[in-house]
Formats: sequence, structure tokens, C-alpha cells
Amino acid sequence: MPGGKERELKRRISSVQSTKKITRAMELIAATRVVKAMQRADAARPYARQITSVIENLAAGGAQVDHPLLREVESVKKVGFIVMAGDRGLAGAYNSNPIRAAEREVMAHQAEGRDYSLFCVGKKATGYFRFRHYRIDHSYVGFTDNPSYDDARQIADDVAGAFMSGEIDEVELIYTEFVSMGTQNVSIRRFLPLEDTATMAEVGGGSAEAVAAFEFEPSPEAVLEALLPRYVEARLFGALLECAASEHANRQRAMKSATDNADDLITSLSREMNAARQASITTEIMEIVSGAEALGSGDHTEDLAALIAEFDRAATATAPTPPAAATAVLEPGPYGEGSHAPLPDDAAPAGFPIKGNADSMLYHRPDSRSYSVTRAEVWFDTPERAEAAGFRLANTHPNSDS
Amino acid sequence: MFTVEVVSPEAVSYTGTAEMVIARTVDDGDIAFQTGHVPFIGTLAVWSVDVVKEGGERDVFAVHRGFVQVSGDQVTILSDVSEAVDEIDVPRARAAREAALAALTADSDDADAAAALQRAELRLRVAGAE
Repeated sequence: MPGGKERELKRRISSVQSTKKITRAMELIAATRVVKAMQRADAARPYARQITSVIENLAAGGAQVDHPLLREVESVKKVGFIVMAGDRGLAGAYNSNPIRAAEREVMAHQAEGRDYSLFCVGKKATGYFRFRHYRIDHSYVGFTDNPSYDDARQIADDVAGAFMSGEIDEVELIYTEFVSMGTQNVSIRRFLPLEDTATMAEVGGGSAEAVAAFEFEPSPEAVLEALLPRYVEARLFGALLECAASEHANRQRAMKSATDNADDLITSLSREMNAARQASITTEIMEIVSGAEALGSGDHTEDLAALIAEFDRAATATAPTPPAAATAVLEPGPYGEGSHAPLPDDAAPAGFPIKGNADSMLYHRPDSRSYSVTRAEVWFDTPERAEAAGFRLANTHPNSDS
Repeated sequence: MFTVEVVSPEAVSYTGTAEMVIARTVDDGDIAFQTGHVPFIGTLAVWSVDVVKEGGERDVFAVHRGFVQVSGDQVTILSDVSEAVDEIDVPRARAAREAALAALTADSDDADAAAALQRAELRLRVAGAE
């Protein structure tokens, strides 16, 4: 009788199927989140642009201050690293890329005799460095997929505080830049000290041409001094938003390929299972034939005929089946257009979720209590089609009136 | 007439046209902008910004820190903490004021409490709940 191998394969198929459901759901969720994250990044742009524009005008007005955030140190002794990764995994290489890049940077600076200070954003970055016994000075978790400005402000306060107190002499920012849905790059930038105001204006995409002469209150220097901390926050916030969009885009891609792989796996496992079924039937035929010959008597034609019929069925099932959707279009099922004959593995044909029971002439929607135990003799794409074919709604539905 | 924008880090929170914008900069007191004002950049005090529309109607914002940039026919208020009248939580502001006053009676040099008091009073004033 059906051997252990067949049962084992069946179990694996159903396990792959449930994994596929999860990855598929995650893919869809990530797809909607990435759109939202992109919108937030777009909405945040005017503020950053305006801040840069003010700096631009200040630069044109000739404001130069000796602000601690602009302090360049000749011999750098300690470098701060802001490493932005995610809180959750299952996002392809999204977490490991910036983390690896950061670790390389830390090592490069250590090789030159500089100490490091880590500001880890996201559980994954924190976990990675903690596991490797790095010293983590600050860790920020719980917001990477939807950062708020307050999160950026908190990081900016810590980083700017450490920098201005002279504890660290330089800060590098390692994050994932969101270029487009298909492209996200790890970016390593010097974050502090800030460039001088003229460079900032240029980096911000501004023209350094002198606009009309501005009046400043209280004074260009005082405005710049109040503005620089806001500029640091806005830049960090922009980076956090890009990271969030990158995280969702990466997760969507990773989950899409996981779903595709699950499909391939299910196909190849089903073929293997059908081949196993065929093999076991062959063995049985051999046993009956040789048994009959050994006895030299008795009539086994009926047993044989039944087995051969089953063998044929298994053989047809082993052949690669064309995609279900194509079948549905080419040849309508037993109940005309919108119906579909059952597949060899009893799985729902794509686009035909309604189960029809030809004995009782009842049909079951997926929300029916007895849906999972009903064996479909025919599948329909919509309840209307089932009704058109003479089926009635089974009364095991949560909302049915009958 | 010129366009007024209140820009917060998360989004452009207000856009409108106005005849006059009244704000208060640190140190120098109130300043009003009308069409044709010279280009201006200022640091705002913890105070309200009044956008006076055609016909005298006003949109008032509580701006806790920020900058104003006037250039041509465009006034931009940049602020990471600004609230329109209908966004102000009056009971919360009242509670904050009580807490700040209590902290100040205990320690009259408490700078955080003084700032909190200033913010709470501004909120209440803008919301007209004084």
C-alpha cells in the first residue's frame, strides 16, 4: 500500500503551502507599506529643502560662525558611527548590507588607531554588534518601519551632544539610500562635522548665486546657530525615512522570490509524489501477477483491471500539468464556462475558489464551515456561476439565511 | 497678497494666501509682513504666528520654535513644533501649566519648567482658553 515516502511528500507539500501563504501575505503588506513610506519621504522633502534654502541665503549673506557642529579636529581620536538597519528580518540583504559596511568602516578606523562609538538604529544592527561584543553606546529600536521626527530628534540630540562635548571627533552615517523601487544602495557619508555653509547649500541642490540681500533677525550668526541643530535633525529624519522605504521595498522583493520558490517546490514535490504512487502500484501489479502464476489458478482479471486503471490515472497526473489558468480558458469544466474540473492533487485551480458537491448539488464558499472537509467534484469561479449551473449555497455559511 | 506655507518636518501643514503675517522674532518683538517686504530671515520666539487673510479673517498658529523666511511673495514658516488652533489640546496644556508652575515654585531656576510654562501659556492663549 502507499508507502511512507508518499505520506512524507504529502506532508512536505502542505508545509510548503502554508509557508507560501505567509510569504505571500508579507509580500502584499510590504507592497502597500513601501508606497506609504515613499509618500512620507516625499512629504518630508519641503522642510529639508527650506532649511537648505535658508542656509543658502545665509551663506550668500556671508554668515560664518564658529559653531561646535562645524568644528574640524586635526587628529581624530574617536569616530562615531550611526548604523541604520531594520528591526525585523525577512528583508533580503537589507539588514546585513549596512551592518557589514559599518563593521568594515569600524575596523578600518581601528586599524588606524582610532576608537569607535556605535549608535545602532534597529534591532538587527544592535543584535549584530552586541553578539560580536562591540561596545554599543546608543541603541534605538522599535520605529524603523515608520520613524517619526521625534525619533530623529532623539538620535540627533545624542549624536550632536557627543560630538559637541568633544567625546567623538567625527561621525559617519551608514544607511540605505532609496533610489527607486528597484534600487537601494548602502551609503556611507561623513555626517559631522558639517561642511561649511556654502558647501551645504550646494549639496542641498541650491544655486550658490546671491539672491536678493536678506535681512536677518537677530543676526545671520544667531540664525545659523539656531538652524544647524535643526539641519542635523532634518538630515537624520530624511535618512530614517529613506531607510524605511528601502526596508519595505527589500522585504517585498525577498518575499516575492520566496513565494515563487515555494511554487516551484510544490510543483516538483507533487511530481515526485505522483511518481512514487505510480511505482507502488507497479509493485502491486507485479505481486499479483507473480502470485497468480505461482498458484497457477484463480481469476485475478478484475483486480488487475482496477489496478491498471489506477496506474493510468497516476501516469496522467505525473505528466507536468499546464498552468491551471490556461486550462480554464481553453476548455470549460464539466458545468460550462466558469467551472473547472478537479485537479489531481485536489488543490483549488487558480481563480476557482468555490467548491461544488455534485452529489448534493450544494456549493461551498471559502468561508463555509465545512469548506475544508468538502471534496470538490467541480470548482467554480464565482457563486453566481455555481447557481447558474443549478447548485445551491450550502447552509453552513456564517451569513446564509437558509 | 502672498502665499504662506507652514512647513513641518513631516509635511507642509498649511498653505494659504494672506494679506499680512504677524510673527514675533527672538529679541526684537513683533514683526508684520506685507507684500513687498524686503527679503527676511528670522528666528521665531515661542509665540503665535497670525496669518491675516483678505477680509481680516485670521489663522493662528502656536509656534514653539522655528524660522520665518520671506522672499518675494512667499512667506515660509519652518517649525518642527507648530500647532493650529484646532490641534491644541486645552486640558493637556492646562495640566502642563499647573505642573510647570508647581516645579517653578519648588525651584525658581528650573529652566525646563520655565520653557514648559511658556509653551503651555502660548497654547492656551492661541486656543483662546485663557
